[in-house]
Amino acid sequence: MSTEFIIAAIVTIVGLTTPILLAALGELVVEKAGVLNLGVEGMMLMGAICGFGVTVSTFNPWLGILGAAAGGALSSMLFAVLVLELNSNQVATGLALTIFGTGLSSLIGLSYTGFIAPVFGSVFPASLANDAYLKVIFGYSPIVYFALIMVPVVAWFLKSTRSGMILRAVGENDLSAHSIGYSVKGVRYAAIAFGGAMAGIGGAYFSMVITPMWAEKMTAGRGWIALALVVFAGWRAGRLLVGAYFFGILMALELYAKASGFSFLPSQFWAAMPYLMTVIALSVISMRDRSGGNAPACLGKPFLPST
Amino acid sequence: MAIITRRTFMQAAGAAATLPMLGNKAFAADKVKIGFIFLGPVGDYGWTWAHNKGREQVEKELGDKVETVYVENVQEDASAIPVIRDLAQQGCKLIFTTSYGYMDQTIAVAKEFPDVKFEHCTGYKRADNVATYNSKFHEGRAVLGTIAGKMSKSGTLGYLGSYKVPEVVLGVNSFALSAQKQNPNAKVKLVLIDSWFDPPKEAAATETLINLGCDIVTTHTDSPGPLQILEQKKLYGFGQGADMSRFAPSAHLTAIEDIWGPYYVERVKMILDKSWKSTDTWDGFKEGTVKISPYNKAIPADVVKLADDVQAGYKDGSYDIFKGPIYDQAGTLKVKEGETMKLADLAVMDWFVKGVESAA
Repeated sequence: MSTEFIIAAIVTIVGLTTPILLAALGELVVEKAGVLNLGVEGMMLMGAICGFGVTVSTFNPWLGILGAAAGGALSSMLFAVLVLELNSNQVATGLALTIFGTGLSSLIGLSYTGFIAPVFGSVFPASLANDAYLKVIFGYSPIVYFALIMVPVVAWFLKSTRSGMILRAVGENDLSAHSIGYSVKGVRYAAIAFGGAMAGIGGAYFSMVITPMWAEKMTAGRGWIALALVVFAGWRAGRLLVGAYFFGILMALELYAKASGFSFLPSQFWAAMPYLMTVIALSVISMRDRSGGNAPACLGKPFLPST
Repeated sequence: MAIITRRTFMQAAGAAATLPMLGNKAFAADKVKIGFIFLGPVGDYGWTWAHNKGREQVEKELGDKVETVYVENVQEDASAIPVIRDLAQQGCKLIFTTSYGYMDQTIAVAKEFPDVKFEHCTGYKRADNVATYNSKFHEGRAVLGTIAGKMSKSGTLGYLGSYKVPEVVLGVNSFALSAQKQNPNAKVKLVLIDSWFDPPKEAAATETLINLGCDIVTTHTDSPGPLQILEQKKLYGFGQGADMSRFAPSAHLTAIEDIWGPYYVERVKMILDKSWKSTDTWDGFKEGTVKISPYNKAIPADVVKLADDVQAGYKDGSYDIFKGPIYDQAGTLKVKEGETMKLADLAVMDWFVKGVESAA
């Protein structure tokens, strides 16, 4: 195996990992605030088409990213109003958001089918970004670095900032947080919007970086992997990064095994690996920690204050 | 609403002359409904897009007598049954189910509606009211293989497929045999991604094939994603199902286009004049179902000549890539020298030829 071979494999793995890492980071914050939003797939698709549409219209991928974040966040607000104001069932509403996002993105996408979007230039000098070896560090789309920076930022925010602690308090015990004067709804609105924006940027990675085009349902189920990843990571940002790259490596391994003609394991086995590993990880976590792991105590429950 | 054409007017007039009491009936006759079940979104710019073009041709040519309805994104599992049944209950007289994975579901629903006719694409199970139709994509693959075999510098070609179904197996074998005619040492690396439409996975699989030494990758999945990766890497590939050159102007060498329109129009006409019968149709270059898109300028003139010869050979029946000797992956002689594989054998082919590297 040559160095070039390994570098090319790493580039593929980064491409597979970045969108699920972004979406999962957003969902992590949402779930830490006590809300379970199963609409990640729908928000990713909304981000994908909004980012693509803005990029094609303005020829500016940076504005496109803003459009993707706005598209994801706006569609998540629909979920937020239903769940927070009307106390609708979070699981059902999240699934509805996925269906809604899939449909609406297809509708908007009708007028963008067949276009190609201008892609990001590198944020680093060309001598670094195009170097045969250094490109493994410098040769990626800005979104990749954004995702990597957001991991410590989210971890720090949740652990060390006052706002992050309030957010966790809302997720662990909404009634107590409410009784000492914090706005449970306000915090949850903000968390859901952040989750939507991150999912939107994750979706835009498909339509603006990997394959700069729009195709209906182009996220092809990555939103569900992102959801599994949050549980897999035990609601911790650091573990999320490790888990996302672990999933990315497994997905790449499947392709390399197939293309190299390895038949000692059926290819379906490789395809099932990420899900199998989630089940195993969950079993290990729950065996180690009988209190139900790190799951926020109010996850998925409606907030019904007595006053 | 009924549009009055000369024919309906004459029918009405004739009816009015003989049976004045029932004279309005011809005006009241509803349009015949034709249903389509689509695998992907009609905007996939590939497989489903091509079928939808066929549907549009039916609307265009027979729109005064028929109306078409379609359902897209139908899964190839048991959930297809209620979707097909729903079209039958809506009153469709003819329903096209346009992917291999709808085979058993089509047969199941057809039993419930003996008066409705069904047409299943790329399958092999028929009934009195179920016909099958297919396209000889492998003839197109022979053209692509010829070009790839001649143009590849590494002699290692990539093939990105969906599932191990006869259509894909035939495509792989036809591509590999054609490439080996140009370069006896040509190898084909095969990745089956267990999906017809998954742009990120198609893209990642293309990157993998390139990293393993492939300098030309052909796709048997439905999105233009792989072509965009090839465009970024300044390598070559082919479009699938439709001309995809707009997504990758330099990488797109040519494409196999699926032309379903004429067949659909013909079959719908048979419903209208009640001459429809369950048949097994397998058309190719000769009938115009398979078409090759305009060639990329990057293809040298001598390669264009070779590719054109293959097309011409299929059109006049003088060329067949499945002529012996053909060896399987293990090197066993499967088709003897001088023999040609029969269509019936091709339809159930489940082994790969020598030079194909695959995991299964």
